[in-house]
Amino acid sequence: MRALIDTMQGVDAGHLLHGQQISVDRVRMRYATGTTALEDVTLSVARGEFVAIVGPSGCGKSTLLRLAAGLERPTAGSVALGTSSAAFIFQDPTLLPWRSVRKNVALLTQLAKLPKDERERRVDAAVEAVGLTAFAKQLPRALSGGMRMRVSLARALALEPEVMLLDEPFGALDELTRDEMQSQLLELHRRAEFTAMLVTHSVSEAVYLADRVVVMSARPGRISGVVEVGLPRDRDAAIRFDPRFVARVSEVSALLHGRG
Amino acid sequence: MASTTLPAVKTAPEATSAKRPRAAWARRAFVPSLSIVLGLAAWYFVSYALLTPDRRFLLPPAHEVLTRALLDPEHVRPMLEALAVTARITALGLTVATLIGVLAGILMSRSRVVEQVVFPYAVMLQVVPVLALVPLIGIWFGYGSFSRTVVCVIIALFPIITNTHFGMRSIDRSLHELFTLGRASGPRRLLSLELPAALPSILTGLRIASGQAVVGAIIGDMFFAQGEPGIGTLLAAYQATLRSHDLVAAIFLASLFGVAVFSLFALTSRLAVGRWHSSGAR
Repeated sequence: MRALIDTMQGVDAGHLLHGQQISVDRVRMRYATGTTALEDVTLSVARGEFVAIVGPSGCGKSTLLRLAAGLERPTAGSVALGTSSAAFIFQDPTLLPWRSVRKNVALLTQLAKLPKDERERRVDAAVEAVGLTAFAKQLPRALSGGMRMRVSLARALALEPEVMLLDEPFGALDELTRDEMQSQLLELHRRAEFTAMLVTHSVSEAVYLADRVVVMSARPGRISGVVEVGLPRDRDAAIRFDPRFVARVSEVSALLHGRG
Repeated sequence: MASTTLPAVKTAPEATSAKRPRAAWARRAFVPSLSIVLGLAAWYFVSYALLTPDRRFLLPPAHEVLTRALLDPEHVRPMLEALAVTARITALGLTVATLIGVLAGILMSRSRVVEQVVFPYAVMLQVVPVLALVPLIGIWFGYGSFSRTVVCVIIALFPIITNTHFGMRSIDRSLHELFTLGRASGPRRLLSLELPAALPSILTGLRIASGQAVVGAIIGDMFFAQGEPGIGTLLAAYQATLRSHDLVAAIFLASLFGVAVFSLFALTSRLAVGRWHSSGAR
């Protein structure tokens, strides 16, 4: 099973058009159990773009992300990623409990066999970027849920990835921590200029973070609509009260509830 | 009446804050100590009240065991030498069982086929009473220390295999995927993820196995008595010659040995994984 996943790593870049970073073309995903998770899904993400995918649970939005990461292979259609430098952020922090914060952040750079100096520089920068420098030597068990998620974020940042794939990363956090993490992610996106694909079940999170929101319908998952957010990139939390923001949220909600 | 109780209440906090560590220690030790005293009392009751002097050899009183066996160098020296032999066999048996058991556990978690091939034998090791195998082991491997080690390995193997297997299988799928996305090599995945993650479980297996291995080594001593005598060899000899003071003393030393081995592994667990895993914390 694991060997199988390894062979799937090489996602080819053949189908990408100029400026495209992620391309999903007429993908169908059917599991051995007979359930169809995705049906005729086509989606393209431009370099530097932030796309959010919302949908009811079980609509296959996480599957779409896993396909983009190369963790699964489509039954039909094709998936292409324009870079080998991608980072995946899981729903759970997925930390190694025996490693300190710093060593957890260093993990992927070690697996990527980066030279030691480069590793140290990137790890320090990533720990700093998520504001955990003071906790660098702590073990994950000493941290709160939000801090653990920040370690997970820093681990991805240390790769300096061109693509970030985020699978409901803030779903388990309390509202205050979630707001903070969202602002931090926006700030990081502004600075590091990566392409982001985020799966979430929160409409306001999707509109707040993304340039474009893709709405999916349940079983089998299809794209039922796309909403261009059209708000300036440097948003802050107050934008949630902006009429344009509210309009986008109700637009996405309408699509989500089949009233599009 | 109020005036007499008032000063007592006032001084109480100072008194307890100064004495608390000792008081807490004493309170914790009180019930176990009482239990030991009661046990000794029961022992003396049996020796002196239930047994007539001519049958007292069935359970000699505690102080006689102490003076005539444990404190008598001529008696205790052969016991300690035999215990060293048994300890060596336990250590060797446990080492071999750990190597085989951890390897088998890893291979089983890697391949469904290996799991299905190995598992019936692992269960057989567990359900066949080791005493039933003793005659066969004797025929195959002789009646010396090699056979003792074999008994030890057989009895210690099962908990190590199953706990290693369990530990490896319990690793979070996302963690595996993290390593897959990082394109980790097989050995890298084993060393950086699987072994550390399974370590608490492996150590639990070792802790159980260590207790079993002591039992196995002593049973081995009893049945495979050729060569250097182990503590089990002496137990059998004392029984045969009705040297009950020495018998009780040897049982006492064997128990201490068992406790020491078990504590050693509990301590190892705590030092190795107690920092991050709750199983090692106790």
